[in-house]
Amino acid sequence: MRTSLNIINTAYRATLEEQDDTSLWLIHAIRKSGLNSDILLVENSVNYGVKSQNPMPLAFGDAHIPFPNKFHEDLKSLIQAGAKVLYITDDAIERGIDHSELIPEIEGISRNQISKLMQGYYHIWHW
Amino acid sequence: MSKSLTILLMDPPYESSNTATALRLIEATLNQGHHVNVFAYEGATALTFKHQKGHPNPVKETSIEEEKHPLTKDLIAGLFQLADKNNVNLKWVNCGFCVDERGVGEWEKGPERGGPPQFAKMVNQSDKTLVIATTR
Repeated sequence: MRTSLNIINTAYRATLEEQDDTSLWLIHAIRKSGLNSDILLVENSVNYGVKSQNPMPLAFGDAHIPFPNKFHEDLKSLIQAGAKVLYITDDAIERGIDHSELIPEIEGISRNQISKLMQGYYHIWHW
Repeated sequence: MSKSLTILLMDPPYESSNTATALRLIEATLNQGHHVNVFAYEGATALTFKHQKGHPNPVKETSIEEEKHPLTKDLIAGLFQLADKNNVNLKWVNCGFCVDERGVGEWEKGPERGGPPQFAKMVNQSDKTLVIATTR
C-alpha cells in the first residue's frame, strides 16, 4: 500500500501569485518527509501534463512575477522523486488533448479504473 | 480507546462554508473523545490571526457589541478549551511559509508554527486523514 493518492481537481488556482500549484508543492514537500504520495490529474488539471506549456513572465507596473510556473516540469520532478502521476484519459479526450501532447512520463487511466486504483492507498485526498 | 484524526484546511476565513464544516467536524470528534490534528495551509493560516476584529452592522443598525460578530480565532480558541475539558489533544499547526506570505503570524495560545514535515508526521500518527482543499 502507498500512503496517499492526491486527486488534483483544481488547476491554475492562484498559480501566478504563488509561482507554484500549492497542492503539488505540498505533495512534493511531504514526499521529502517520507510520505509516498502519488497524483491523479482529473478534469482541467489534465492540462498540467501538456508539454508545450510556456507561460510568460508578468508585470503590473514595476511589480513583476518573474517565474511563472511550468507544471509539466513540476510533474517530471515529482516523478523523478518517485511519485506516480496518472491522468484520466476520458478528461483529456473531452478537452481535445491527445496523449502525444502530454509528457510521456505520465500514465493514462480511464474513469472506470479509478476505484481499483484507490484500493492501493491508505489515504485518498481530493484537492 | 481514543483515535486521532488529521485534517488539512486550506480556505481563508469568511470565504467558504468549508471552514464551518471543518470546525463542526473537529468539535464532534473532540466530543467523542478523539484527538484532532489540524494543518492550516494557505488561506486557512489566517483563521487564528489574533488581530481579527468584529464590526457593527449598519444594515441591521446593530453596534459592534450587539452584533457579536463571530471571529474564527475565537471559535478555534473554543475548540482548544473543549479539547482541554474532554482531556483530548487538539494540535493546530499553521504552515509557516503561508503565514509569512500573509503576515498572519500572530495568534493566541494554542496554534503553533510548522510545515510539511509536521503534516507528514501527523499523517503517519493518525488513524484517519481528511483534506478540505480550496476547490473554487
